[in-house]
Amino acid sequence: MRLFEIGAFAVRGLTANKMRSGLTTLGILIGVASVILLIAVGNGASSAVQQSIAGLGTNILTISPQRAQPGSSAKPLTTADAAALVSPDSPDVKYASPVVSAQATAGYGSTSYAINQFIGSDPHYFETTNSAVAQGNLFSDNDVQQARKVVVIGATVATQLFPGTDPVGKSMLVNNIPFTVVGVLAAKGSSGLQDADDMAVAPLTTTQNALTGYGSLTQIVVQARSADALPNAQAQVTTILNGRHKITGTTADYRILSQDQLLTARTATTETFTVLLASVAAISLLVGGIGITNIMLVTVTERIREIGIRKAVGAPRSSILGQFLIEATLLSLFGGALGVAAGMIGSQFTIAGIKPVLVPSSVLLAFAVSALIGLFFGSYPASRAAKLRPIEALRHE
Amino acid sequence: MSPVIEVRNLRKTYGAGDTAVHALRGLDLTVEKGEYIAIMGASGSGKSTLLNILGCLDVPTSGKYLLDGIDTGEFDEEQLSLLRNRKIGFVFQSFNLVPRTTALANVELPLVYAGVRRAQRRERALAALELVGLKERTHHKPNELSGGQQQRVAIARALVTSPAIVLADEPTGNLDTESSREVLGILDRLNASGRTVVLITHEDEVAAHAMRTVRVVDGRVAGVLV
Repeated sequence: MRLFEIGAFAVRGLTANKMRSGLTTLGILIGVASVILLIAVGNGASSAVQQSIAGLGTNILTISPQRAQPGSSAKPLTTADAAALVSPDSPDVKYASPVVSAQATAGYGSTSYAINQFIGSDPHYFETTNSAVAQGNLFSDNDVQQARKVVVIGATVATQLFPGTDPVGKSMLVNNIPFTVVGVLAAKGSSGLQDADDMAVAPLTTTQNALTGYGSLTQIVVQARSADALPNAQAQVTTILNGRHKITGTTADYRILSQDQLLTARTATTETFTVLLASVAAISLLVGGIGITNIMLVTVTERIREIGIRKAVGAPRSSILGQFLIEATLLSLFGGALGVAAGMIGSQFTIAGIKPVLVPSSVLLAFAVSALIGLFFGSYPASRAAKLRPIEALRHE
Repeated sequence: MSPVIEVRNLRKTYGAGDTAVHALRGLDLTVEKGEYIAIMGASGSGKSTLLNILGCLDVPTSGKYLLDGIDTGEFDEEQLSLLRNRKIGFVFQSFNLVPRTTALANVELPLVYAGVRRAQRRERALAALELVGLKERTHHKPNELSGGQQQRVAIARALVTSPAIVLADEPTGNLDTESSREVLGILDRLNASGRTVVLITHEDEVAAHAMRTVRVVDGRVAGVLV
């Protein structure tokens, strides 16, 4: 009964100044909604990365060159290195595809498009990276040997360069060298922040001739016979490469990454990203909380006379405290509820190419924090109001 | 029968050291039940300080104040608020109604803090408003009422809890002659029905309504005129 009455005073206090209550609510709303939304975006990005890496298969090793340590010379990764990896000494290695990549500008008719990744490799590369062909064909080992100017393009490149036409059989210019499009890869979608379809694959020899030259390979992609054989394959690859590069000790001039490691590294990156987003959101929630303190301080100061009147007619300290605490809590709960709604609606949309994935615990957390903010930041002004002596409060102008 | 108010050697000092202001310097006062007393004095004589202490809005620096036989000096803030609620009705010079709140809600306010149920609260508040002649203005807010009407709402609020004493600090100070007459009429009727009334004024016409006038000079009672 009594609590209900105090609650009614609080509601009346809030509705007496709708503009101010509304703006404070907005502050909390933005804080809560951004916490929910940004965590959902971060979560969406990391799950997209995980999916795309899992799609590559778990039996892949990626070897990339590493800058030499001081005092030792680095040997480049070569096609010969890649060829040597498939040998009787390495029974667990199925394929080893040499890979070079570069950025290239492609043109067809009057359109031109900068391809993010122009890759040169061998036909095994498609199997290793789980790339299926959607139209036309892949190129063959023969194409690689003959250094034919053929290319298989990704879905993004196909839509950018050949809108409305079938690219297969067309001749496109890559850095002003004509390539015949023999196939289009099936779309993979974006992996986190990168568009996996913004690429083209041509025979290694052709690409080296036309674009990259004959320096170090960008990567050697090794496929093990099975996921279980991966550790053995990694050991065999290490032995062979150490032998060929004359490496003793730990200062290797190459680096082997398994999909697991890649996954871990990428997940760590997106987690950092999520933490960053969440902390930005947390700051905005805190600012919302300070907004509540500010408003409550103003409200208390402005209503000191009213507090004096209430005390003069016999309001005990607890009911004054209760009234202002309820006011602050109602403000933040209301703002929090609206913020949860806004965050949930916002996460239905794709933001910057990322489909947000709602984290239920973040919704709960944001709402609970907003309620606590009301109590915590409201309690200082409220206790200040309650401590006033009636005559001091009444004399306040 | 013990007096409603018994004040012994009451002192109130604001500040400390050289700048200390002695508002009350050992004041004695006794008010019997059913009395109607006017307190007069020059400004700065300490009469407002006295009334604030009598209304438990302020606490004395030293001295004894017995309200209805209860020693208020032993009370903490929580008990004092209870005392203000049950025993005292206070009428201010500047009305002091809660803004943006209807006359009825203002009069109900002390009853809310007393824990009176809604239906009974409404009934008693309406009765109090009727007593001050404002039955048809119950849903007006203070800014929609004239000064005299606001003061009558304040009186209704002061008497709605049936307090032991009604204290009025220059209740007609901000009112025109006509409104003053109405307010004083209400106070007269309250006293006639047996309620103890203590008011502050510096107008002789107002003081004439009282049974006796207490003159406060320099924080002490200077003389009692019957």
